[in-house]
Amino acid sequence: MTKGAARTLTREFVEALSVEKGEPAWMRAHRERCLAAFEKMPLPRFGPDLSSLDFSDLAYYARPVEPVRRWEDLPEEIRRTFNALRLPEAEQKALAGLGAQVDSEVVYRSLLEEVRAQGVIFASMDTAVRDHPWVKDYFMQAIPPEDNKFAALHGAVWSGGTFIWVPPGVEVKVPLQAYYRMQTEAVGQFEHTLIVAEPGSSVHYIEGCSAPRFSRAALHSGMVEIFAKEGARVRFTTVQNWSKNVYNLNNKRALAYAGAAVDWVSGSLGSKVTMLYPTTVLLGPGARTENLAFTFAQDGMWLDSGARALHRAPDTTSRLVSRSVVQGTGKSVFRGTVHVYPQAKGAKAHVECSTLLLTPDAKTETIPILNAETDDVELGHEATVGRVSQEKLFYLMSRGLSESQAMSLIVNGFVSPILKEIPLEYSVELRGILEMSFERAIG
Amino acid sequence: MSVGGEPILRGVDLALAPGRVHALMGPNGSGKSTLALTLAGEPGYTVTRGRALLEGEDLLALPPHERARKGLLLAFQYPPEIEGVALREFLRLACAERGQGFCEFQRNYPRALARLRMEAFDGRELNVGFSGGEKKRAELLQLFLLRPKVALLDEPDSGVDVDALRLIADAIRDLAGSGAAVLIITHYPRILEHVPPSDVFVVDRGRIVEHGGPDLAQRIGEEGFEVVRG
Repeated sequence: MTKGAARTLTREFVEALSVEKGEPAWMRAHRERCLAAFEKMPLPRFGPDLSSLDFSDLAYYARPVEPVRRWEDLPEEIRRTFNALRLPEAEQKALAGLGAQVDSEVVYRSLLEEVRAQGVIFASMDTAVRDHPWVKDYFMQAIPPEDNKFAALHGAVWSGGTFIWVPPGVEVKVPLQAYYRMQTEAVGQFEHTLIVAEPGSSVHYIEGCSAPRFSRAALHSGMVEIFAKEGARVRFTTVQNWSKNVYNLNNKRALAYAGAAVDWVSGSLGSKVTMLYPTTVLLGPGARTENLAFTFAQDGMWLDSGARALHRAPDTTSRLVSRSVVQGTGKSVFRGTVHVYPQAKGAKAHVECSTLLLTPDAKTETIPILNAETDDVELGHEATVGRVSQEKLFYLMSRGLSESQAMSLIVNGFVSPILKEIPLEYSVELRGILEMSFERAIG
Repeated sequence: MSVGGEPILRGVDLALAPGRVHALMGPNGSGKSTLALTLAGEPGYTVTRGRALLEGEDLLALPPHERARKGLLLAFQYPPEIEGVALREFLRLACAERGQGFCEFQRNYPRALARLRMEAFDGRELNVGFSGGEKKRAELLQLFLLRPKVALLDEPDSGVDVDALRLIADAIRDLAGSGAAVLIITHYPRILEHVPPSDVFVVDRGRIVEHGGPDLAQRIGEEGFEVVRG
């Protein structure tokens, strides 16, 4: 199992995986519980068609690359990929710590000495499970296996990912980053990310994802759990550029205690199918959350995304904003859910979703679900769908810009409220991908 | 020319001279703005017959951006708001397409802002949240930087207060002073008192019905368009 690719999902496989990883008994039992739940549960009853995802044709564990301490020691091919993604450069210039995972295992990890000295833990999830027994109090406590089929699958076969613990009052001033790469054909990647921010602390975590294109389907089913304790601030940025054979079906959930702030920022450009609905449970008074999502659904893709804010305490606020660009036969769906429980008096929520359709066959849907069980709330909702305005195109062209230059400005302008929240090295890449694709669209 | 098969302009013949200010006057709905948009290349407008020559080349065969690159620029009556596009970035791109280098732009941009007292707009998005009068100033700012050979100004003074009117008038004089052929389109002679035109054309129901000197604008100001309606 060590180096090859395991393709059958059985109880024996899950046990062997746990033994191989040297996990404590509680984790082995957890994996078994998850596998049982996975086998019982149906596929999601909403959203994209997942029937062509073949659970019997996936490598549930693959380790094509051995972990190293220095970039130079990685195999040539992987090193070239990471260099092209400018990871070593970012590590030097802009990050407090960096992890890189290929398929199932983390192959590289670093953390600035001064951040380590602050007491921050930045480890691979596997290591954390072995080293810190108290991880049990958090692991899949925000998202239980019974939540949905992919949460259960994830819990059974998870491998790799990131564990971050920020001590009380510590501010990690520079972002921590992880990069996830799927390298093997028809592989499944199931990294688990757990962030525990103690009271008054703050941290910004960035994850990037990509894969080379294969003809067979691959599955990425990660899970992110964030615990933002009293007054803590956590920002979680994801930029995914999976290839068009990847099913990207994730679970992300944050618990925000009193006065805590959790921000989800995402740029989704790739995959065949994405289902992603980051959720924040606002547990304590004054907790707040923002979800800023940019999706670019290109030809043949179905990006089904959204955000959820569950207001369970007074004076909590949420702001869910989405900008989607749809091209070719792409489809984008945004599900914005806000639920205000009876005790959450004084809650404020705002949901805003705008879509720009670049082609006649582009499709989009907005599904807002706003429920309030108290009258003492402010709820706002806006949704717009449009095509590129001919008036604006003509105006910009009348100043000497070509049609594709004008188009580029308008589309970039449309997504800029989200893109300006995304770290520069990623937003430059995002803009580049956008431009390439609508230059094709104009022909 | 026609819009959706409906003929709008039926006989327009006018010549603009470099370095001079011209006025195109006419009542509402006479075809003034249609003429300006047609010359700029509005895609919804079809020219059935005619030519528009700039230095001997027919602009009507060119797409809008190439007309602009040749030097014909239109200050819009109702400029749209372009969300998320920085004024500075947009102007830098447009100036580059007019053949101006980056250093040149860096030099000229602050001057142009100062000329129209728009320093505070530097960090803004293109026309977003601008008042009617601010949009007019921003149009002049753009033309000022882009240095047109032909400047068409569609109602440059509507919705503009007295102070801004002076700034706009000064900018128009500068455009002409730098050699542009300027055409001010207006139904109201106020702006022309600040920028006296050498030629005044009057358009009515899609035709040029009168061509005269500055006194024609004055007469229209006093007596209305009835004076040219015979």
